[in-house]
Amino acid sequence: MRHLKNGLRRTTATVTIAAAAALALSACSVTGAPSSAGGAGDADSGTVNALFMKQAGYTEDDVKEMIEDFNKEYPDITVDPTFVAYEALHDKIVTAAPSGTYDVVLMDVIWPAEFASKGIVTDVTDRFPDEWKQDMLGGALITAEYQDKFYGVPWYPSTKLFYYNEDMVEEAGYSVSDLDTWDGVLDVARAMKEQGIVEYPLAWSWAQAEALICDYAQLLGAFGGEFTNDDGELIINQGPGVEALTWMKDSIDEGLTNPNSTTFLEDDVNKTMASGQAAFSLNWESTFRDLNDESISKVVGQVGVSATPNGPEGVRPGVNGAMALGIASKSENKDAAWNFISFISGQSEQEKFVTSTLPNWKASYEDSEITETNPEVFAAAKVGYDDGILRPQVPNYSQVSQIVQLEIQNALLGKKSPQQAMDDAVSAANDVLNG
Amino acid sequence: MTKLATTAPPRLRTGRESQRRLAFWLLLPAAVAVFGIIVYPIIRTLIISFFEVESALATETPFVGIENYQRALSSSGFWAAIGRTLYFTVVSTALELTLGMMLAMLLNARLRMRWLFRAIVVLPWAVPTIVNAAMWKGIFNAQYGSLNAALTQLGLTDEYIAWLGDPTLALNMVILADAWKTTPLVAFFLLAGLTAINPEIYESAKIDRASWLRIFRSITLPMLVPSISIVLVLRTVEAFKAFDIIYAMTRGGPANGTQTIAYYTYVRAFSDQNFGMGSALSYIIVIVILILTTVYLRMLRRSEMSLL
Repeated sequence: MRHLKNGLRRTTATVTIAAAAALALSACSVTGAPSSAGGAGDADSGTVNALFMKQAGYTEDDVKEMIEDFNKEYPDITVDPTFVAYEALHDKIVTAAPSGTYDVVLMDVIWPAEFASKGIVTDVTDRFPDEWKQDMLGGALITAEYQDKFYGVPWYPSTKLFYYNEDMVEEAGYSVSDLDTWDGVLDVARAMKEQGIVEYPLAWSWAQAEALICDYAQLLGAFGGEFTNDDGELIINQGPGVEALTWMKDSIDEGLTNPNSTTFLEDDVNKTMASGQAAFSLNWESTFRDLNDESISKVVGQVGVSATPNGPEGVRPGVNGAMALGIASKSENKDAAWNFISFISGQSEQEKFVTSTLPNWKASYEDSEITETNPEVFAAAKVGYDDGILRPQVPNYSQVSQIVQLEIQNALLGKKSPQQAMDDAVSAANDVLNG
Repeated sequence: MTKLATTAPPRLRTGRESQRRLAFWLLLPAAVAVFGIIVYPIIRTLIISFFEVESALATETPFVGIENYQRALSSSGFWAAIGRTLYFTVVSTALELTLGMMLAMLLNARLRMRWLFRAIVVLPWAVPTIVNAAMWKGIFNAQYGSLNAALTQLGLTDEYIAWLGDPTLALNMVILADAWKTTPLVAFFLLAGLTAINPEIYESAKIDRASWLRIFRSITLPMLVPSISIVLVLRTVEAFKAFDIIYAMTRGGPANGTQTIAYYTYVRAFSDQNFGMGSALSYIIVIVILILTTVYLRMLRRSEMSLL
């Protein structure tokens, strides 16, 4: 018995050492990431795993239809799509990077700097046709570009548009032309509140998330501001940066902005508007479709859409929220992935889904047959695309954004004055930016 | 027949050997699993914590010694997260112990259909944390949540309250959601303790006309010390590591109000892609939990009623 026990112990030790050795040998760097750089694979066959998001832009059904269209041309390539919430997308791309789980990843305009400098996505400059640089919208091209190289193909331009409930505006005794400026919007909102048309006329996506930065960016632009100066330093604690935040806070204090906005993401804003509990909101292009969808909206036919209202400086840039498709650097199937990306970014394919999101291609905006299918959104979005405001294009944008989100919320929740909050944000963020 | 007889003695030896070989194969999967998912990541994380690793695919990873630890310990965000974690741990453990005790005593009472109540009570524990979090996020939703609907329809409030909109309130609401899920577990631990108490002790206490409170203080509570201790160790450690419920309910917001140390660590590692710092933070959590566990085990060993 004793002999057996010793034997068992020895066996355990052997197994242990063998397992440890096997694991130690498989490791080749501190991170444990394999050093292989992926592979081209076969251009016409194989499986392409693609990571998309569940929110705004093209719907899951749209993407599945695009894959069907793609398979008519490339029947031997299987595309396996995965959809995650936007809030989970960045971290999913990062954690899946070492294993090469996904061949194609959807990138937000704020990530190319990070993903390119950290080698998460493949440099596709050599594959990128020259004519695309002229034929695609400038605001969309930026999404795939970092330091004059391309790390993906723009999939769609995007900006936040201004949605208003026309019935409520008229009930308050105003007309759509009064909504041209934010001051005008506030006047109408006050009248609505006084007349009891809606308790909180404005709803925003001001939760501690990137959505907050998008709303803030658009207001910052309206007040004539920028995030950074020419040296790349954050300057939102001066002039327009503080004025925009003060404006936001005042709208809460005056009871015009729904105080629950600090817990809302875009989808909550959409639902609030769809249930008739808000008269005004900023949201992405696909919202117009959702607000006119009888299965989810009580305000079908009541909603109008325009470019974001003018600020006191008479400017109205839209936040650049374009998205691009990149190829993960550990992909073993890069050629097939490229074929898939270029197919679903193509003009004819994109023109099929213009109620979800607008195309990348300048020519689509000149083609009345296309613009007529979603005229309100085309008209409103064009203004925002022509004049956009960019969030800082830096590798550690994620950290900068978290700092700014926190401090804006501190001001909105009354924990700090807008000036104090922005001073703190700038000093913390510039520490990050300067390493 | 003869063949069998002649090979009998060597067979004994090969029998032992084959038993050993069998043991090897039986142990192999467990050993690989334990090393693959526990020991290996623990060692790798320790190694990474001494390097600057700024990408999931980093090729240049300079050795920085204990700099990651120093930077973590000197950052105000870290201490704020630790403070929130302590609050979360203390309040949720206290709440779960109190509610769990009441529930355990109720389930121990001689009720008709007691088995049914016991089965119902265990349900919240059976719900996965991520589902639980999604459910409470819906209930607490400021605009269309059922809690606000219930309160306004009962006439208890006129205005919708943003339950997850204020940093302090949000942390308390997350604690509540966590307590709803884990109280049944605590209750069942305590119930096990309760059923082990000899009913004769209660009978003699009743003969002595001891009050209900007196019986609880002098009999039930002291007899439950072992169960309470185990629950305390389990729940403190679990609460200190709380991550999934926060990820699903609030993502650390508003204004970082629900950012506990585990969530803070996640953000540093995966959102910031600062894996060296993330690893160092993980080790700081491990050290804190080790200290907590050691202290608890010491306390348990000193107590005479201890089971450990």
